[in-house]
Amino acid sequence: MKDIHRSLIEILGERSVSNTPEELWFYSRDPGVLPPHLPDYVVAPKTTEQVQKVVQLANREKVPIVPMGNGMALTGLVIPLKGGIVMDMKRMNKILEVNERARYAVVEGGTSQGVLKAHLQNHYPHLRHSLPDAPPTTTIAANVSLHGQGRLTQQYGFNSDMVTGLEVVLPTGDICKIGSPSLGPYWFSKGPTLPDLSGLFLGWLGTTGIFTKVGLKLYPNKKIRDVELFVTDRVELVPEILYRLTHLEMLEDLNVWFQPKPLMFKGNYHITIYFTGDTEEEVEFKRKLIWDALQPMMDTKDGGFMGLQFMKEMLLEMPQRGIAAFADVPKGGGFEYSGPITLIEHFPQYAAKVVELAVKYDVLYASSARVISGGHSMMFSISFAFNRMDPAMMGRVKQALDEATEFALDMGGIPWKPNFMEQQMTMKRMDPNTLKLLQMVKRNLDPHAIMNPGNWEVN
Amino acid sequence: MDALKFDEKVCAACPTADCLQKCQYQVFQKDEAHQEMMKVVNGEDSRVLHDCMTCYACEEYCPSGNHPYYLISERREEKGILTAPRPITSQWINMTAMQGKQMVGKVKETAVSSCFIPALAGLASGEIFKDVAQAMVFGAEFMCPAVHTHFAQMSVVKERLPKVIENFNRLGVKEVLCLHDECYGTYTSIARAYGIHVPFEPIYYMDFLLDRLNALKDRIRPLHVKAAYQRPCSNRLIPDKHHLVKDILDVVGVELLSRKYQDENSLCCAEILRSVSGYKLANDVQQRNIDDMVDAGAEYCVFNCPACQSTLSDKGAKGGIKPIHIIDLCKMAIGEKGGVTQ
Repeated sequence: MKDIHRSLIEILGERSVSNTPEELWFYSRDPGVLPPHLPDYVVAPKTTEQVQKVVQLANREKVPIVPMGNGMALTGLVIPLKGGIVMDMKRMNKILEVNERARYAVVEGGTSQGVLKAHLQNHYPHLRHSLPDAPPTTTIAANVSLHGQGRLTQQYGFNSDMVTGLEVVLPTGDICKIGSPSLGPYWFSKGPTLPDLSGLFLGWLGTTGIFTKVGLKLYPNKKIRDVELFVTDRVELVPEILYRLTHLEMLEDLNVWFQPKPLMFKGNYHITIYFTGDTEEEVEFKRKLIWDALQPMMDTKDGGFMGLQFMKEMLLEMPQRGIAAFADVPKGGGFEYSGPITLIEHFPQYAAKVVELAVKYDVLYASSARVISGGHSMMFSISFAFNRMDPAMMGRVKQALDEATEFALDMGGIPWKPNFMEQQMTMKRMDPNTLKLLQMVKRNLDPHAIMNPGNWEVN
Repeated sequence: MDALKFDEKVCAACPTADCLQKCQYQVFQKDEAHQEMMKVVNGEDSRVLHDCMTCYACEEYCPSGNHPYYLISERREEKGILTAPRPITSQWINMTAMQGKQMVGKVKETAVSSCFIPALAGLASGEIFKDVAQAMVFGAEFMCPAVHTHFAQMSVVKERLPKVIENFNRLGVKEVLCLHDECYGTYTSIARAYGIHVPFEPIYYMDFLLDRLNALKDRIRPLHVKAAYQRPCSNRLIPDKHHLVKDILDVVGVELLSRKYQDENSLCCAEILRSVSGYKLANDVQQRNIDDMVDAGAEYCVFNCPACQSTLSDKGAKGGIKPIHIIDLCKMAIGEKGGVTQ
């Protein structure tokens, strides 16, 4: 193993390689409930060529390698389950291009959401990207690799749907461009009209390659953002409310949330409706349509709009910090959620399950759902807060989350950013021929199974 | 206790039916107004019970002080007629529940009540409040429950008001300086209407302001600005105090402009109309109100209630009108920094 350490230093330099216990400790864990596992080395490359050489070394020596963004997925996706090398991508943080007219950006594989947001605000204030409600240090590449969502997901789909091209270091060390950049200098399409090879990498959680460049769609950044908050106490009405709202085809984002604390939120389902405009007239026109769409629920007194004087600023925050506050309600700052992708019409069943699990395992819940792509599906988060200093509470949360995943699969849902156990549950239920296809892909791309082993272990 | 002191004979013999005749949100002919009110009095169904916007104004319009608004709210609750949507109603009940999170300053004989409105605590500062600011109390434990009349939840009002009074009583106070009309209106109007004893003397903050301005008259520099006044719903519970606005503005050199929607004819800020009726009426009322202020030539809109201020500030500012609370206006007049919200 000393040879590998020396080889890594030769590739990256001494300051970009570590095997000291204190650094390995940090890279052995994430903020979720899964137990840590130590890597053998941590490396922090600055260039695609360095990534390539490290991957070639790992492939040659059959050493596991785990690409890492900011490690905030919460489901242990960058815990090095089989040791080896954790590759921290955060030093590759340059914005390489913004094509203003074609509305896309090309960023390096460790570029954070916050860096791109700030760059656009400073230089292209009329453009934006789909910012997730995660800390701004989380990375764009990691987000799209796990089919993340963001503020524009309601309009345009998963953030991975917004990818316009990739540069990937394959497990063999080959550098491969995906989409229009494979034919020329432009990053406007990840697939069409070519065969869409991005599917070999998006959603694979770093098990088929390492993203060193990502092309990402940008969207108009309207001058004004506004929000309305509709509440109902009838859970069965939530799908209808969302159907009416998505029919308007003009919302920025659409979330549903419910939680027992603080008391003012107890017993109600809250639908947060975001919309934008370049003028007051545009915003007020949209507000009127939103109110009109839900007037029938107001007429029956089953739902109404909350006054927002004291909450508006918090709701318009991007990203929102409310999740961090929720995580600390039981003190100890722990938070994890299962976030299956599912049908909106199943909202009532999921909502009932969250409460059932919270009671059964004596844990504090909060739940939030985000509408995806105009209502084709939603991400339903079953979230629990816990005290990191309380192993028993962490154990109960883990049991609750496992049961939530089983429930989601029973309901025909798809686990989002599943941990390795949830991946196993998913594969057990998968159509055998689909699983066989996954096996073929994985075997051919990663013959020595070095990429983030333990995850998507189809073979 | 709990029974509304209401005299049905007064309504039966009422020559004006002003309570409904003057209503700004429902239209009645004189005979019809009388008939509908008598239906309410007799416990029958009436369109009043379905269409009332809960603006409180009929409490002022009634020439006999017979509490038509409280009666309408009682009847609505008896019949299970919701004003606002059910989840909004329950949210207000939950949000204002006592949870032991009150804040109590250095209270002796006088407490200053900022109700459950953080903005009020910030207003009561500076030279005007220097002798009482430390006696601030805040929280659901000290919140007057009048807001629940908007939701026809009179049972909540009657359940919570004695507890609030008892919480003040436990502090041993002789006076409570009320920074919100809703509080003063609760202790002087609702409590009396229901025969609830108030063991302390409620002090209306505009009386206090006027006294303090008189004491500080050497420091006053007339502001020489023109202002419209946004009268809050709860001022309808204490119409005898309405003149104080003009009295104060005269002292600080502010011209209170004459306009269509003022005094008895005031329009509500419409935040509650949003919940009760929806966007269209609320928007219409707000726009008429702001347009009226603009037409009158107002430079400032003077607010009495922080909730009104929060609701109308943006719309007023877009019309070029500076929103300011009357306390901040007084502070400006004595050379302290006022809080014009933009």
